[in-house]
Amino acid sequence: MAASVIEASRVGLTFQTADGPVHALKDVDLTIGQGDFVSFIGPSGCGKTTLLRAIAALETPTAGRLSVNGMTPDAARKARAYGYVFQAPGLYPWRTIAGNISLPLEIMGFQRADRKQRIQRVLDLVDLAGFGGKFPWQLSGGMQQRASIARALAFDADILLMDEPFGALDEIVRDRLNEALLALWAKTGKTIGFVTHSIPEAVYLSTRIVVMSPRPGRITRIIESPLPRERPLDIRDTPEFIALAHEVREGLREGHSYD
Amino acid sequence: MTEAAAPGGVGGLMRRGAQGRTFPVLTVLLAIVAIWYFAAIGMNAQWVRDQAARSDTVLTTTQFVGQTLTLDRPVLPAPHQVAVGLWDGIAGQKVTSKRSLIYHGWVTLSATLAGFAIGSLAGILLAVGIVHNRAMDQSVMPWAVASQTVPILAIAPMVIVVFASAGVTGLLPKAVIAAWLSFFPVLVGMVKGLRTPDAMQLDLMRSWSASQSQQFWRLRLPSSMPYLFASLKVAVAAALVGTIVGELPAGASSGLGARLLSGSYYGQTVQIWSALFTAAALAALLVTVIGLIEKLTLQRMGLAR
Repeated sequence: MAASVIEASRVGLTFQTADGPVHALKDVDLTIGQGDFVSFIGPSGCGKTTLLRAIAALETPTAGRLSVNGMTPDAARKARAYGYVFQAPGLYPWRTIAGNISLPLEIMGFQRADRKQRIQRVLDLVDLAGFGGKFPWQLSGGMQQRASIARALAFDADILLMDEPFGALDEIVRDRLNEALLALWAKTGKTIGFVTHSIPEAVYLSTRIVVMSPRPGRITRIIESPLPRERPLDIRDTPEFIALAHEVREGLREGHSYD
Repeated sequence: MTEAAAPGGVGGLMRRGAQGRTFPVLTVLLAIVAIWYFAAIGMNAQWVRDQAARSDTVLTTTQFVGQTLTLDRPVLPAPHQVAVGLWDGIAGQKVTSKRSLIYHGWVTLSATLAGFAIGSLAGILLAVGIVHNRAMDQSVMPWAVASQTVPILAIAPMVIVVFASAGVTGLLPKAVIAAWLSFFPVLVGMVKGLRTPDAMQLDLMRSWSASQSQQFWRLRLPSSMPYLFASLKVAVAAALVGTIVGELPAGASSGLGARLLSGSYYGQTVQIWSALFTAAALAALLVTVIGLIEKLTLQRMGLAR
């Protein structure tokens, strides 16, 4: 495995609520290497989103050690280590697509000429060249989500964290975006953390699949994918794919996710 | 844009008149004028009857109705009397004359605009503080609410007197009263507006390590624009009311409020109603102007579809 980018050892995260403590994460051990595509899968409440947010320093673990690029998540965020993509595109309606992609660049202090060049490059990367001048509402849901991915890529973070980015889209659009995401990953060599609750999506995309279970949120199984890095959509009909999907399902059952 | 679909030509125009907005608007207007005429006849009837009894004359119905609608000091002037009063006040006087409604309207308008500017600015600044500072959220809001529960009619004379004792008269005291009324809607609207960004949008900002001021200028402020304009419309109307109330005490000699007061002193009801209509027209004008600025701004921001 390549150099590790994200390392978690015995990470725990407990929310204090009015009804007492909620153990969102418990004893999470995980290492993500450079260029890995890691999916987090599990039922709701298993802490997969919390883990991703902890890596992004949007939540703070209450136990264990978590490092990103050898730094604390907080320091890594300030060093622009990652781009984050949420389930909703979260584009500002008062900015054009180019303006939205420009937003993090403005905040980080990139010069105007540099911004323009970067916007052009990431628009090409997500196949939205020519749509920079459009407002978000003029684009379909799938295109909006691609724009939000472009926004996360614009400042050249090595890590892309995606929290159910295609969860709100229909299956046909989702298939196309999954394919496009793999192409983008192959082209850029980013390390990707991807939260999903779709077994086929996790199996199709990932080099490693992290199966999680709830109460307390923990990792029950980490599955290395034997599939080649180059994956046409019809790989999903191969016996290897189906066997892998079966293994993920087994992992979920093991964690009593179907109870 | 529903009317844009109406077909052209004369037939289309007539259909548009019948189906569109023109017909219902005219109907309502005519109904109001009709009710007003009936009310004027009814309310002025007693006076006409008394006059007739005193001079021992018997009036025909036509004479009776005619007299109720042409009294010098009617209880309720008829629409055409107010129209004449308005016309005389606006077009029949030199603009600098003390009898010109344009002169009095300008005095009121200038204080309204000053008060509106002060009030809106105060409302926006307080809202920014409230959204960013928990202590301010808990300490300022109750006082803001309390300030609006005090009747403005009770506050206005005090403000005028306090300012007058400090030697300040004219525009400023009235503007302060106008600001008193107009800061509140802006405050409430802006607090709501600045808080519209959802958790995800704020998380995005955090993921880029955006500073508080970047978060404010690039996310919170643009998000609040629709709320700002809605509250500005309420605020400008409130500022006008505040100014007029500020012109009532202290025997101010100019402004629509002074015009109302002198009208009521001398039983000049036509004068009162003319001043009232001028004030209403002023309010409509101000709200329209803000609506126009709103439309342009939101269009430029891509928020108007």
